[in-house]
This record gives sequence, C-alpha cells and structure tokens, in this order.
Amino acid sequence: MKIYLDNAATTPVDREVIEEMLPYFTQKYGNASSLHSFGREARDAIEGSRERVAELIGAKSEEIIFTAGGTESDNIAIKGIAFRKGKGHIITSQIEHPAVMATCQHLERKGFDVTYLPVDRYGMVNPEDVENAIRDDTILLTIMHANNEIGTIEPIEQIARIAKERGIPFHTDAVQSVGKIPVDVSKLDVDMLSISSHKIYGPKGVGALFIKEGLSLEPVMHGGGHEKGLRPSTENVPGIVGLGKACELAESRMEEDMKNMIRLRNKLVEGVLEIEESYLNGHPEKRLPNNAHFRFEAVEGESLLLSLDDKGIAGSTGSACSSKKLKPSHVLLAIGLNEVQAHGSLRLTLGRENTEEEIDYVIETLPEIVEKLRAMSPLWKGGKDVQ
Amino acid sequence: MYSDKVIEHFRNPRNMGEIENADGVGEVGNPVCGDLITVYIKVKDGKLEDVKFKTFGCAAAIATSSMITELAKGKKIEEAMKITRDDVAKELDGLPPIKMHCSNLAADGLHEAIKDYMSKKGKDVQI
Repeated sequence: MKIYLDNAATTPVDREVIEEMLPYFTQKYGNASSLHSFGREARDAIEGSRERVAELIGAKSEEIIFTAGGTESDNIAIKGIAFRKGKGHIITSQIEHPAVMATCQHLERKGFDVTYLPVDRYGMVNPEDVENAIRDDTILLTIMHANNEIGTIEPIEQIARIAKERGIPFHTDAVQSVGKIPVDVSKLDVDMLSISSHKIYGPKGVGALFIKEGLSLEPVMHGGGHEKGLRPSTENVPGIVGLGKACELAESRMEEDMKNMIRLRNKLVEGVLEIEESYLNGHPEKRLPNNAHFRFEAVEGESLLLSLDDKGIAGSTGSACSSKKLKPSHVLLAIGLNEVQAHGSLRLTLGRENTEEEIDYVIETLPEIVEKLRAMSPLWKGGKDVQ
Repeated sequence: MYSDKVIEHFRNPRNMGEIENADGVGEVGNPVCGDLITVYIKVKDGKLEDVKFKTFGCAAAIATSSMITELAKGKKIEEAMKITRDDVAKELDGLPPIKMHCSNLAADGLHEAIKDYMSKKGKDVQI
C-alpha cells in the first residue's frame, strides 16, 4: 500500500486540471502578447483564469497577478512595498514560511528594521502584540494565514483591522489556506495575499498574488511589462489555466472536502494519540482541516519518516536531521518545543484522495514503528526495554 | 541519498540494545543536534566479547552504530581503538557529506566505551 500524507508539501494535479491545460501546449500555444488569433486565444485563457482565481477569494479579477509560485508572490509583495518606501520597519512573525522569513531577513541586511513576533504554544500570533509592535515608520505587516507545518490558522481579520486603522499595508501568505478553507479578501480585509497552485491540485511553477486596487508596488523584476509590470516574462499559459481550473474545483468541492478531511483527520489524530507520550502540535481547533502534526517523545523524525516510508506512508518532519541546514524547525522552536522535542515531530497532511482505509492503516502501523525506534533510543526511559 | 547498505543497517540494526553490567559504556553526541549514541562493551581476555548500542538519531546515526558493533565485535581492544569514523563510513558504502560529521559518531562512542573500561581497570589507553 502507498499512502500519500504530505499534501502540505504538494498535491497531485487533478485530472480535470490536466485536461484543461493540455490544449495550451500543442494547439493553443500562442504568446498572449501577440495580436493574432493565436495570441488572443492565449490572452482569453489567462483572463478567464484570472476571473476564476478572483472568484475563489472574493477579489476583482484586475486585483490578481500571476506569478511562478508562492515564493515569488511573497517576494513581489514584500519587496514591492519595501523598495517603494526605501526604508522603514516591517512586522512579521517567527513562524513564517522561508519565502517570507528569508525575504524579511534579506531586507534586514539591506537596512530595514524587522520585528519577528513570537507566537503562543499553539502557534498563534497575538493581535495585541501586532498593535504594540507598530511604530511610526512601520511600512508593512506580513503574517501568514495558516501555518504550513502545524496548520494553525492566524487571527488575520483582527490583525488586518489593526493594519487598516494605522494605514499600514498588510500582506498574508495564504498558500496553505486558499482552496482548503474559505478565504475572502474583502472579509479578511487584507491588502495582499499569496497563492500557490501546486498545493491545491494544480501544476507546480505557478501562483498568484492578490493586490488590492490602489496599492502600488515597486517591481522586483524588470522586463516586458507583463502582469502590470510586476511579473514580466511571457505568461505560463498552461500553468495559469491549470491554476484557474484548480481554483474553480476548490470552490465547488470545498464544503465536501472540508467535511471529509476533518472527519478523517480527527480520526487520525485520535488514533495516533493513543501512543504513549505522543502529542498534537498546533491549535486543537483553529487549524487547517487536513493538518495533523505530532510529536513523539524520544523518537527522531528522520528515522520515523524513513520507517514510515518503508511501510508505504509518506509524511514529513521538522527534525534537524532531515533539514538541509541540520537545524530543527523554527516553527517548532517558536511554539516552545526544545530541540530534542522538535526532532521527534511528524506532519501528516491529508488530501482529497485519502481514504478511511488508509487512515486505519496508518493508525495501525505507526505504533509499531514508534515502539521500535524507542526500543533503540537511549532517551526513552518509559515502556518496556526490548533487547 | 543513503546507500543501500545504510538503509539495510537502518532497517535491521545489528546488536541493538543494552548490555547489563557492561564493562564499559560510551556516550557521545548531543541530542540538541539530533544524534545521541550509547555503546556498551563486554570484554574478555582483552577482546570485545560483546558490543551493543542504543541510538537516538537519523538513519545514518543508527546505521553507523550498527556497523561499529559488527566491526568491533571479537576484536582486540587495541585493534578496536584503531577503527575510525572513515572506516565505518567506508563499510557502509559512504554517507551523505552533510551526515559525515554530525551522524558518524559511532566510532567515538566505541572509543569512549573502551576508555571507560580502561579507566575502571585503572589502565591508560593509547589512541
């Protein structure tokens, strides 16, 4: 059995999405900037997709630009404000995705001031902390909508209200939330919002950025003036078409997807927490429907992941051993775990295609693996000693 | 990223566990970096009669622990002291570069266990 429970990393492309994309490779291959019929066909497809993306998040289609992914959207938004202002203070959180975190750190090196707000043990940013961090020279707030590791959903509406009162642009990285929970930019009242296609059953290499009407950004890249001059480069028409279709499917399936995933996820959490000294990371309720994030005492995550992989189960971990930099997840440290605890983490994220049988199999398989690794672990003092 | 041999030892670690009343115990590593290895030895007639380990860490840490027990078992103490980290990595058909330093601690663990044995016996050991 092969079970994919790493849907926060990426999702398979939906068949319907592929079908819709295919003609744009070999038949409708025109450059959308061309005036002839081939070009117009491509242009129409892009504008149709723009409407679909806008529809999903309650925006106007002219408020959407297409990018090459979530990271690029974050960069265009954050640097776009920073470069326009030239100097000043940025507020973000300690649990942002590297696309935001590293961008802010880069700006810090370039002379901007950055405040990285702490979170509580559930990974929640306190809106009061945002309010208190604002200075006269604050030029931007950027706080993620939902965390990619532990799934915690941030109080974006409240933070956006504060930003609005103080007249500061507010960007949110919604790569993990869009398509999984209702996201409405007019209700959230954010100024910029990043979207990625491959997290919602669309193709990789394409994303979008919502930029509220009237907000002006300094371009990060320069070229032929595509996408309002903010993302120059001949448009990735098949990718854009795929993202549009993925957004349409997400909207029509959201209610059912959410219901299914919450049920299966809750079953998974309940089953896994039967293991002694296992814990759920993230918020008990305010979390993404498809996210389960655990920690097992005295077990190291990479070993856990490879052992699960041997049984056909694909997940991910915040353990240092599995990271390129050999550092534990900054998110897990920010919620107050120590390094050893962070090593023992396991993220399982569900997708549309997961079944109840698969969840049952995981619940059955995981305890044996944890037990085997604990028997090997000099840190494990509880349980029986296997020799 | 791991060799087949690393994966094989990770899946089926040899000599895993503790030795009761071990003659020497070596603890190395730091749980903060993610790897902690304890090596236990039993010595008879100057030879390592038994070698066991317990490890908290990644697949490389577990595989190197398993390998060191195989390499050391039955060897004279002096010979066992000569086993290096590189020997362990070579026997495993190599380790990913990033893991060479942090997770390849098993040889150190063995040496610490032998030193522990020697100090209990009141002997100095030359490395």
